[in-house]
Amino acid sequence: MLSEHLPILPIILPLIAAPVCLLIPGRNGGWLFATLVSAISLVVSFVLLNRVLAEGTLSYAMGGWPPPWGIEMRLDVANAFVLLAVTLISTAVLVYAQKSAGHEIDRDKQGLFYTAHLLCLTGLSGILITGDAFNLFVFLEISSLATYTLVSLGSDRRCLTAAFRYLVMGTIGATFILIGVGMLYMKTGTLNMLDLAEQIARYDSSRTINTGLAFIMVGVSIKLALFPLHLWLPPAYTFAPSAVSAFLAGTATKVAVYVMMRFIFTIFGADHVFHEMGMDLILMVLAIVAIFKCSFMAALQHNAKTLLAYSSVAQIGYIVLGISLVSMSGLMAGILHIFNHALMKGALFMAVGAVFYRVGSVEIKAFSGLGRQMPWTMAAFTVAGLSIIGVPLTVGFVSKWYLVSGALEQGNWIIAALVLLGSLLAIVYVGRILEAAYFRRPDDTQSGTAAVKEVPIGMLIPMWVLVLANVYFGIDTSLTVEAAQQAALSFAQDSNWQEATR
Amino acid sequence: MAELIDLVLLGMLAATALRVIFLRDLFAVVMLFGIYSFLSAAIFVSLDAVDVAFTEASVGAGISTVLMLGTLALTERKEKVTQHKSWLPLLVVITTGGALIYGTLDMPPFANPDNPVHHHVAPRYIEQSPQEVGLPNMVTSVLASYRGFDTLGETVVVFSAAVGVLSLLGIRRRREPASGLASESDNTGQADLSESDPGLRAHEVLRVIAKLIIPLILLFALYVQFHGDFGPGGGFQAGVIAAAAFILYALVFGIGSGFQVVSPNVLRWLTPFGVLLYAGVGVLCMLMGGQFLDYNVLASDPVHGQHYGIIAIELGVGITVFAVMLNIFYAFTSQTERVGQ
Amino acid sequence: MMSVVLDYYNYWIVVFLMMTGFYVVISANNLVKKVVGLNIFQTSVFIFYISMGKVAEGTAPILAEGVEAYSNPLPHVLILTAIVVGVATTAVGLSLIVRIKRAYGSVEEDEFQDQDDLI
Repeated sequence: MLSEHLPILPIILPLIAAPVCLLIPGRNGGWLFATLVSAISLVVSFVLLNRVLAEGTLSYAMGGWPPPWGIEMRLDVANAFVLLAVTLISTAVLVYAQKSAGHEIDRDKQGLFYTAHLLCLTGLSGILITGDAFNLFVFLEISSLATYTLVSLGSDRRCLTAAFRYLVMGTIGATFILIGVGMLYMKTGTLNMLDLAEQIARYDSSRTINTGLAFIMVGVSIKLALFPLHLWLPPAYTFAPSAVSAFLAGTATKVAVYVMMRFIFTIFGADHVFHEMGMDLILMVLAIVAIFKCSFMAALQHNAKTLLAYSSVAQIGYIVLGISLVSMSGLMAGILHIFNHALMKGALFMAVGAVFYRVGSVEIKAFSGLGRQMPWTMAAFTVAGLSIIGVPLTVGFVSKWYLVSGALEQGNWIIAALVLLGSLLAIVYVGRILEAAYFRRPDDTQSGTAAVKEVPIGMLIPMWVLVLANVYFGIDTSLTVEAAQQAALSFAQDSNWQEATR
Repeated sequence: MAELIDLVLLGMLAATALRVIFLRDLFAVVMLFGIYSFLSAAIFVSLDAVDVAFTEASVGAGISTVLMLGTLALTERKEKVTQHKSWLPLLVVITTGGALIYGTLDMPPFANPDNPVHHHVAPRYIEQSPQEVGLPNMVTSVLASYRGFDTLGETVVVFSAAVGVLSLLGIRRRREPASGLASESDNTGQADLSESDPGLRAHEVLRVIAKLIIPLILLFALYVQFHGDFGPGGGFQAGVIAAAAFILYALVFGIGSGFQVVSPNVLRWLTPFGVLLYAGVGVLCMLMGGQFLDYNVLASDPVHGQHYGIIAIELGVGITVFAVMLNIFYAFTSQTERVGQ
Repeated sequence: MMSVVLDYYNYWIVVFLMMTGFYVVISANNLVKKVVGLNIFQTSVFIFYISMGKVAEGTAPILAEGVEAYSNPLPHVLILTAIVVGVATTAVGLSLIVRIKRAYGSVEEDEFQDQDDLI
C-alpha cells in the first residue's frame, strides 16, 4: 500500500519534517532528525529511479482529482534522475554540516538552519516531481525563500547583502515565470504540463504564447544563473556557510536547468523553441560566453569559494551548451552533467569548507602547505579538481566526452574545440589552489600556528563519499549514462521530436 | 458603467505608482503602497474576485504596510539623493514593456465569455463543484480541494517566511541600551520590555476604542474562518484578521503586554502546528485508502468527507497564518531603536 | 480600432503598472524602496491574472439564486496563493534590510557597496 504513494514521499517527508524540526530542542537533535529524513528521501528516490527505468512514467493525482482539474505529480526518468542527485547531495551535506555548520552558525540558530534545509529540500523535490505549472511556481518559491534564509546564516556580514541581492533577482525571476505561465494559461485554460503541451500545439504561432515562453525562459535563466543573469551567484556562494554553498552548488541551479528542459521539451516542443524561435543560437552563445568569461574570472580570484562559484556558472554553461546542440547526444550530455557536476562541486565546496573549519580563511594563500597538514582534505580536493578539468577516470571526463562527441556528430568542430579550451582554463584555476597546497610552505605569518590538523571524520566521510562517487561513476558509467539517455529519450518523445540527428 | 469604474481605478493606480518613482520621503512611499494595494483590492471587487480582494486588502494594505513601517522605524525615513541616474534601468524596462505589449496583441479580448480559460478546465469547477464538493463558494472548493496541494504549499511558504524572519531577527525579550552601537549582546540585564515600552497607553481615545474593537475583530476573524465555505473568506483572511487584533493590542498597550497575552513560546508551537494539521489530514486520507488529500474517504458520504477535510485544513491554514503574522510582527517590533544615528 | 482598444485597454494599463513597479525595483538605490517596487510589480501581475478571469455580465463565483454567468474561479485561487507568496518574500526581504542596516549603518545600495570594496 505504501508503494503506490512512493512518488510523493520525497516531497511529503521533508514537508512534514520541517515544522517538526523547528520544535526539536538542542543542537544535535535537529541535525540527527534532518539527516535521517534526508537519508530516507535518498533511499526512496533511488527506488523510484529504478522503478521508473523499469516501468515508465509514474503519475499520482493529488487529492484524488484527475488532471487537469487536480494537480498531478509526474515522475519520469529525467526528474527521477535529478531527484537522486538532489537527495544524495542533501544527505551528504547534512552529515557534513554537523561539524561544519555547527562551527560556522550561532548555537541558537542551529535548529533554524536544519529547518530551513528541510524546507529547501521540500521545495526542490516539489519542483522536480510536479506536473503542474503553477504548482511548480509555489514550490520554487518555497525553495527560494529557504535558500535566502540559508545564505543569510553566514558569518561574514556580506552574506546579508548577497542574500538580499539574491532575493530581489530571484523574486523578479519568479515573477517573470508567473507572467509567462499566466500568458500560457490565458490561451489554453489549463495548468497541467501535459495538457498545456496539447493545447499549445493547436496554435500555429501565437504572439502571446511566444511572449510567455520568452518570459519563462528569462525567469528560469535568472534562477539557473545563466550569463548575464548570474550576478547573484558569486557573492551568495562565497559568503554563505560552507555547508550551504556545498548544498546549493549541487542542487539549486541544476533544478532550474531541469525546469528549463521541462518547459522547452515537454511543454512547448523542441521544434518550436529551437527552430521557430531561434533559442538554440541564443542559448549556445550565452553558454559559450558563460564558460569562457566565468572560467577566466575564476582564474583571477583570491578567494577559493568565489573561484568555485564562478566555476559553477561556467559548468552550467556546459550543461546549457549541451541543450543548445539540439541533438539527443547533446541533451544527454547536459543531463549527465547535472548529476556529475553535483558530485564534483559538492566535494569541492566541502573541501574548501574543511579548510575554513581549521584555518578560518578561504583565501588561496591560506591553503599554503595544507597538502601536508590536511592530507585527506587536499586529496579530496585534488580528485574533484581533476574531475572538473575532465581527466579520464572521473565523471568530469565522461560528461565532456559526451558533450564533445555530441558536437562532433554535428560537424561542429568549433564547439568541440571550445569545450576542450575551457578545460585548459579549469586547469589554471584548480592549479592555483593545488600549487598553494602542495608546493608552498605553510604561511609563517599565521598567528599562533598550532599545527593545523585534519578535520573531524564526520566531515571527511561525506566528502570522500562524493569523491569516490566521482571516480566510481567515472569508471562504471552504466547507471548514470543509461539514466541520462532514457531521460533525453523521454524528453524527445514528449516533444514528438521530428528530427533524429544521429 | 463597470468599464468606467475600472478605468478610473486603473488610472488612480497608475498615478500612485508613478508618484512612487519620484518621491524621496519613504514614509510617503509606503503610504502610497498601502493606497495602491487598497485600490487593487477595489479593482478585484469590480472584477468579481471578492476572495482575492479580501486577501489583498488584509495582507497587502494591512500586513505588508505594517512591516514596511516597522522597517522604516528601524532604518531611515528619507532616501538619499543619488548622483547618477543611469539609462540602463529605463532601457530594460522599455524593452520588457515592449515585449509584454507585443504579447498582448493576440490575447483573447477582455471579459469575453468565449475565451479559452472559460472552456476547458473551469466549467467543471463552476458546474459540478456544488455537487462534488458541496460548497457554494467555488473558490474555496478549488482552493481547498481540487488544488489543495497548492494551498498546502502556500502554507509551507508562510511557514518558511517565519523561519526566515526568526533566523534573521529573532524575538528579543530584553531591550538593549538605546545608545549602543551595533552590539549583538542582549543580556545586559536591562529592564524587561513590558516595563520599558508603554505603547500608546497614554492616548485615551486609542485605549478605549481598542478595547472595544478587539473582541469584535476576533469575532469577525472566527466568522471569516468558518464562513469561508459560503461567502468570501477562509483560512488566510481569518488568520490575518485575528493577528491584526493582537497587533492592535500590542501597538496600543505595548509589546510587553502583547507578550503577556500571546507569548512567543505559544507562537513557536502554533506556527508548525497548522502545517502539521494540514499535512496530517492528507496523511490521514492516505491511511484511509485514498490519495494524499483525497477527502472523499474521510466519511462514508464523499461530500461529507469533503466538508470535514476542508474545515480541518482551513483551520490549519488559519492557525499557521495567525501565528506567523504575529511572530513576524513581534520580531520587528522587539528590535531596538534606530541604530547609528 | 476602437474595439481593439476596448478589448485590450485593461491589459495595456496593467502592463504600464507592472513596468512602473519593475523600474522602481531595478533603479532605486534605497533597499526599502526596492521592496516597495517589487510589491507594486507583483500586485500588478495579480491584476493581470484576475482580468483574465472576468466574464462580462458575470458575478463572483459563489453559488447564488438567479445567477446565470459566473466569473472564473481558477485565476482567483492562483492569485490567493501568489499574494501570500508575495508577502512572505516581503517579510524576509525587510528582515534582511533591518540586519543590513545594523551591520553596515546604511540601506542605500551605493553606500554599503563602497564599504564592501574596501574589505
